[in-house]
Amino acid sequence: MKPPPFDYHAPRTLGEALDALAEAGGDGKVLAGGQSLIPLLNMRLAAPGQLIDINRVAALDTLVREPGGIRVGALARHSRVERSSGHPLLRQALRHVAHPAIRNRGTVVGSLAHADPAAELPAVLAVLGGWVEVASVSGTRTIPAASFFAGPLESALLPGELAVSAFFPSLPPRSGSAFAELARRHGDYALAGVAAVVELDASGAVTSARIGCLGVAATPLVLDLTPYLMASGAFADAVAYVRERAEPDGDIHASAGYRRHLLGLLAARTLSEAHATASSPGPSAHRITGGTTDE
Amino acid sequence: MNERVYEIGLTVNGVPRSATAPARRLLSDFLRHDLGLTGTHVGCEHGVCGCCTVLLDGDPVRSCLTFAITVEGREVTTVEGLADPDGTLSPVQQAFQDSHGLQCGFCTPGFLCTVTALLRDNPAPTEAEVLEGISGNLCRCTGYQNIIKAVLSLSRGVSRTAQENGAGNATTQRGSGDHVR
Ligand SMILES: Cc1cc2nc3c(=O)[nH]c(=O)nc-3n(C[C@H](O)[C@H](O)[C@H](O)COP(=O)(O)OP(=O)(O)OC[C@H]3O[C@@H](n4cnc5c(N)ncnc54)[C@H](O)[C@@H]3O)c2cc1C
Ligand code: FES
Ligand code: FES
Repeated sequence: MKPPPFDYHAPRTLGEALDALAEAGGDGKVLAGGQSLIPLLNMRLAAPGQLIDINRVAALDTLVREPGGIRVGALARHSRVERSSGHPLLRQALRHVAHPAIRNRGTVVGSLAHADPAAELPAVLAVLGGWVEVASVSGTRTIPAASFFAGPLESALLPGELAVSAFFPSLPPRSGSAFAELARRHGDYALAGVAAVVELDASGAVTSARIGCLGVAATPLVLDLTPYLMASGAFADAVAYVRERAEPDGDIHASAGYRRHLLGLLAARTLSEAHATASSPGPSAHRITGGTTDE
Repeated sequence: MNERVYEIGLTVNGVPRSATAPARRLLSDFLRHDLGLTGTHVGCEHGVCGCCTVLLDGDPVRSCLTFAITVEGREVTTVEGLADPDGTLSPVQQAFQDSHGLQCGFCTPGFLCTVTALLRDNPAPTEAEVLEGISGNLCRCTGYQNIIKAVLSLSRGVSRTAQENGAGNATTQRGSGDHVR
């Protein structure tokens, strides 16, 4: 099917974009890569009166490495961030986002704003404790990941607000990350997935272990597993706790019980992998784990 | 309702082209309806089948998930632009023909554009990399084996062994010279 008609705005500066969004109010939608919005328009599941196309706002096409992490501008496409963010967990997760042709258009910030519970990047932002920078005509605000994802396909953005960038904190020394998911085909939305981060002290003891889960709750589920991983022999308890905390739905692709089972396996696998990466000397962060076509 | 229209200009297969269309015109429809380039096929219109894949400034994108007006002024290559002007098939097109990588041909324009970019970025893909690279393109006819064979026959890393073994694991046992053209 074809998209319904809309009034089209093509701002060239951030100011123009915010003015257009303010004027459109609740009738306005941002068009970034279009890889989620245009399917919805084609299927007539969305019919915004005003479309604010930010693709010409060059100031949003940024990818900046800062001391504490990487700042991804609203026009940075998945493929570029995958190639050049230098952030191991972001790269590990982006490999699983859709297909290369979709990654060439879709944006990282658009994926966060879309807030699909099965999407990879919200779980990554959440487990890292990152945030989203937001602007509107009345000013700017910073929304931490923990409050950015409000529900399925629902972010904390208000009408008139533009997500300008997202900040993904980098991992400290002696830490490791891993990402794994299961999808029917590589590039499909996953049945379940896990992003894990493990941090160690100088003696090699675990000081922090967290996972961000996707596909098993309305919003990314972040679990702190540090107590389990600090105690020796409590690994099975960690997996049981993960399964207990998940609230997956069943659908034609997988039952809730299967998703819960799968989540435990993915958590165990990514935690071991992240732990091994954290313990091994050298730039082992380049290892990529898990996935549907790696095995 | 009088919908506003825009004069939209693009460079398509090296030639500047333009047409008048509303902002909601998908790039796929702009190419097919407004410019008459029907080589780009449309299957699902929600990004899943990959038939409509074209090259935007050299990179594969879904033309059904892109508004023509958004990419105004940019360079688009469609399947019509892959062969030489004298009609000589591109290496990827020739390999698809040699390996019987198509049957009805509906999916083929998308595969050809996808694979052209894949081999440019990675001239020696492994079989796993080929599978991942084409996982966003659906084919209802071939069962993929001959498509994979076509791509591997062009892979610098794999081609010798693949040809010696009559094409590798996931491909059929027929070598590319078995059939009459
Ligand atoms: C076949 C297919 C498979 C896919 N598989 C996956 C997958 O496995 N995992 C995955 O994560 N994604 C997947 N996607 C979605 C893809 O990653 C999208 O690129 C992404 O979800 C949205 O990014 P976008 O830039 O295309 O946003 P758009 O489609 O342009 O926008 C999406 C939504 O976010 C809003 N928005 C976008 N940018 C901003 C902004 N800066 N400020 C405020 N609001 C904004 C829009 O108004 C809209 O509501 C898939 C898509 C397709 C078509
Ligand atoms: S028609 Fe564009 S992906 Fe199917
Ligand atoms: S050849 Fe018929 S769909 Fe691929």
